Amino acid sequence: MEYVISVLLSGISVGGQYALIAIGYTLVYGILRLINFAHGDVFMVAGLMGIYLTAVLPISLSLPLVILLTVLLGFTIERAAYKPLRNAPRMSVMISAIGVSYLLQNTATYVTGGQPMTYPTIPFLSDTVNVAGTQTKWVVILTPFLVLLLVILLSMLINKTKVGMAMRAVSKDFETSRLMGIKINSVISVTFVIGSALAAVGSILFFTNYPAITPLAGAMPGLKAFVAAVFGGIGSIPGAVIGAFIIGICETIIKGLPSSWDVSVFSDAFTFALLIVILVYKPQGLFGEAATDKV
Amino acid sequence: MSEEVLQIKDLFVSYGGIEAVRGISFDVKAGEIVTLIGANGAGKSSTLRSISGLVKPKSGSVIFEGQDITGKDPTLIVSSGLAMVPEGRRIFPNLTVLENLRIGAYLRKDDLSADLERVYGYFPRLRERSWQEGGTLSGGEQQMLAVGRALMGKPKLLMMDEPSLGLAPIVVQGIFEIIRQIHEAGTTVLLIEQNANMALHVADRAYVIENGRIAMEGTGKELLEDEKVRAAYLGAVEE
Repeated sequence: MEYVISVLLSGISVGGQYALIAIGYTLVYGILRLINFAHGDVFMVAGLMGIYLTAVLPISLSLPLVILLTVLLGFTIERAAYKPLRNAPRMSVMISAIGVSYLLQNTATYVTGGQPMTYPTIPFLSDTVNVAGTQTKWVVILTPFLVLLLVILLSMLINKTKVGMAMRAVSKDFETSRLMGIKINSVISVTFVIGSALAAVGSILFFTNYPAITPLAGAMPGLKAFVAAVFGGIGSIPGAVIGAFIIGICETIIKGLPSSWDVSVFSDAFTFALLIVILVYKPQGLFGEAATDKV
Repeated sequence: MSEEVLQIKDLFVSYGGIEAVRGISFDVKAGEIVTLIGANGAGKSSTLRSISGLVKPKSGSVIFEGQDITGKDPTLIVSSGLAMVPEGRRIFPNLTVLENLRIGAYLRKDDLSADLERVYGYFPRLRERSWQEGGTLSGGEQQMLAVGRALMGKPKLLMMDEPSLGLAPIVVQGIFEIIRQIHEAGTTVLLIEQNANMALHVADRAYVIENGRIAMEGTGKELLEDEKVRAAYLGAVEE
């Protein structure tokens, strides 16, 4: 029983961390129809920045700085690599995103020398706590609540504010949005800022649990978050969050199955098998809009 | 009342080597309804799109209230008092009716309630449906919403691109009645239409566009009576 609880707890926590990344994918897709392949690597860079900044600054200063610098990174990537291609075919932007992804990975290899870096112990988050007889870290307990809070704030931003209204308008129709006086590029930047900020928060939570960061550490969580976004229906925020929790929980359950069954190595394969199944049977995902191109 | 609100001088617009507009000049004076009529592909929409800043013209100039707005950003053009009802209505299907109206006033920072009341006055149906998503409205209601949305920006000049397109005749009648009312309330209107009959009846002055050039101009009445216009655009049979 205790074992089941601990598996579920960590599944929910991993799911929450994926959710924070998945929102970045789904938001950007919603507006630009672009799969931002560099997003997972932005997440990794946020992790590395966490390591370097906490080494020289107190936590209370370094963590906000990590979020700020990640936002700046996301903003810069959009301005430098995607904005000049605004009128180019979608494929060009995607290739550009893949290029940025490798640039970030290679830069990280250059800076770290390719060695796994140890994520700092963050007081409180890394402390252990006893839940129903199971020892776990505070971060595991906190993650789902923090995710829920951020998702609620984000929904309010999107549904209740003027900039949120502009985001929804731009996601449907660039040209008419311009006719309303909306500055498309500012709205797109806001999207990248939000996505990057959430990825930065996700990186703090994620790497507190997985102590080592390599230059490729963003690739796998990024891909899984992407699958989560597709599973939930890319473009839909609730979809991305629910998809992420489902994938996180399934993955931890598979990892937690008795070792005599010898299936835990397939936990990643499961995620991608799930992607194939979704694409075959429900390509629009759980909450995605059906692909009808109205003219 | 003869002050020119909009002056177009020798406008050329081309898309990838194809010249859609080849030297169009016309003007709209304060308080007028001016219409541009012409067949599909004559260059009407391209003209409008370059006035609103969506397309940069190749050459020529667009002067709005004495200010050169040629090729400027649409945000600036909208804020200077020019609103457009785009072809095909283009309401935001994922926004509610009320949000669609509010987004028409995106650049305004003052109180919108008086203008909302005004739009609801023109289109009571929109009030009934204010919480519905724009995409759930019928074609005619969407056109009302598109007009209402443009009015929310308190434009000095309202440009409409084919408001009658794809609508039932009775709905078109209603839309034109509203255009007349909006005009009477003091808004200058530039109307683009294929439905030449309706457009010429409502317009003070009209220009006929053919192959990217102005082929004819006159008052609405003059053109309604012109033999060539009657044959080409009004479907009258020549005897």
